[in-house]
Amino acid sequence: MTAVTTPPKKQTQRGRPGQSSPKFAYLPIIFLAFAIGIPLLIIVVYSFLEAPSQGTGVKWVFTTDNYKALFIQEKLDGTTALDTRYIKVLWTSFYYSLITTVVTLVLSIPVAMWIATREVKKRNVLVALVTLPFWISILIRTYGMRQIIADEGPIGKFLAIFNIDWSILYAPPATILGLIYVFLPFMILPIYASAERFDFKLAEAAYDLGAKRMTVVRRIILPSIRPGVISGIALVFIPALGSFLQSDMLGGGKTNMVANVIANNFGQARNWPFGSALAVLLIVLTLFFVLIMQSAAKRRGGKVELV
Amino acid sequence: MNEKYLEIRNITKVFQTPEGGEVRALDDVSLDIASGEFFILLGPSGCGKTTLLRSIAGLEYPDSGEIVLQGERIDDKPPYERPVNTVFQSYALFPHMTVSANIAFGLEMENVEKAEVTTRVTEALAQVRLEGYENRMPSQLSGGQQQRVALARALAKKPKVLLLDEPLSALDLKLRRGMQVELKRLQRETGITFVFVTHDQEEAMSMGDRIAVFSEGKIIQLDTPVEVYRRPVNAYVADFIGETNLIKGTVVAGGISLPGGNILPTDQLAEDSVIPASGEVTVAIRPEDLVLSTNGMIGGTVKDVIFTGDSVRVHVAVGDIEVIASLASYGTQIPEQGSTVTLNPEHRAARTVAS
Repeated sequence: MTAVTTPPKKQTQRGRPGQSSPKFAYLPIIFLAFAIGIPLLIIVVYSFLEAPSQGTGVKWVFTTDNYKALFIQEKLDGTTALDTRYIKVLWTSFYYSLITTVVTLVLSIPVAMWIATREVKKRNVLVALVTLPFWISILIRTYGMRQIIADEGPIGKFLAIFNIDWSILYAPPATILGLIYVFLPFMILPIYASAERFDFKLAEAAYDLGAKRMTVVRRIILPSIRPGVISGIALVFIPALGSFLQSDMLGGGKTNMVANVIANNFGQARNWPFGSALAVLLIVLTLFFVLIMQSAAKRRGGKVELV
Repeated sequence: MNEKYLEIRNITKVFQTPEGGEVRALDDVSLDIASGEFFILLGPSGCGKTTLLRSIAGLEYPDSGEIVLQGERIDDKPPYERPVNTVFQSYALFPHMTVSANIAFGLEMENVEKAEVTTRVTEALAQVRLEGYENRMPSQLSGGQQQRVALARALAKKPKVLLLDEPLSALDLKLRRGMQVELKRLQRETGITFVFVTHDQEEAMSMGDRIAVFSEGKIIQLDTPVEVYRRPVNAYVADFIGETNLIKGTVVAGGISLPGGNILPTDQLAEDSVIPASGEVTVAIRPEDLVLSTNGMIGGTVKDVIFTGDSVRVHVAVGDIEVIASLASYGTQIPEQGSTVTLNPEHRAARTVAS
């Protein structure tokens, strides 16, 4: 007689409850890879191609002229000179983004701390209020802003009573105001998330040890909410660098930010390769800032992951 | 010794509840704490003891009353101007600072010279036996070690009064016992006045020079541990401090009639017992003051016998109440469950208490 052994039934691998199978992550990852990777690839490829002499699109001829054109101007007589126009545009973008970041940061810390010290019920309402602007399209909000700050808008009319001249629309201050308005919630929310976890016993302990109000803020509260502050800076500064709507609608297109120039090259100027080169430069610079911020976060022992 | 080192005069503090009600956390509390004293504020949670401690620290401002330290009013000063320091229940160590930075923080606030800061940090760490832990982060320490750092941080300031808010409640029993001895030693060595808040009566008795027993915002009794234990002013204190059998009886001629009909003669009660002319009265008898007797005045059925090593605890059903007797485990005939026993209080160990 031969012994018949049945092989043990293969156990199906089942994850623990709540642990989702990796296959559910594949679809969004593939989607993101296509939606971000392919356009990025197109931009990089286009930036090394020539622009056709007529119409839009690209001519499939390799060139690095687009990058040279970012910094060097070729004159009619064949000589070359440094072209600072695009450096200036980049600088403007950087400068506006910096002001936006600093102002939103200064405004957000007290707001976030204040919300974090309310009762739990009130906190939820206040956080909902902070996110309220997201319910309305940014385009509509920016139009609204334009009405409010217009020379003949409510602020202008009010100041006219006191004979104060109000004229900021279609000028840099309007652009910056628009940026601050749009990005403020992105600064408040991460700082609030950190502040909410702050143990106010630590502030009491600092008072008890002889620290005054400002010392408590500087040495105890700020270091404790640093992860939120760094996240907030990243969430405001980086998108602000690539903003386009505010300078277009509020700044009157007079003082361009880099995104406006890029958009213009893909639109009216019909120079896709040059627009691509400028976009690549912006991406590289943004990445550079991200790395700086990440190393700053690491040096402080923070647990902030930006990339 | 200055008997009026820290004076609490008529302190009242009322909190508003979210529902719109009022809680009288402190109700006209007055007490004097002597210099170098280990003073205990004892009571169940919500009795006002922590509010009093926080009022001394300046983290809470009383509605009325005065707090005077060495003849100088401090109740109107902010916390950073008061020469007192607190050890918090949750330790409240700064998580982003090393152990030595935590301890140095308070000294930097006083603008102490750098070299002296280093000396005093080392000294404070030696006091709590944590030498070599200077560069650790609080998160790398055990609960007991964090506790010591919190203590060192407050001690380094050389406060006139050290306030301790249930500092041992998060530690396990063995560690807690060790820290009790350690705290007592530290207090003796430094000579600093300690005001220690706890809800643990055993902790209070083993550490305190004097205990203030709190209930509902008022001091019920203020005395040495021995006195509070031996002469509780009422049934609440008798029950809260240690373990007590509270037996309701009726005043009759020559004594008190206990449940079961036996009479506890007046001359068997503690000498300072107050016996009303008639009516109901509560008799308090500590379990360790009850002994088995062939002809005792408290009789009943044994419900449970629990052997704890150094003693045998016998639960006896007497009428509809339960009386607990704690008998010496050595040389005693241990009664069996279900048997009938009679108990007698030791001579003058039973006392009447106000209910």
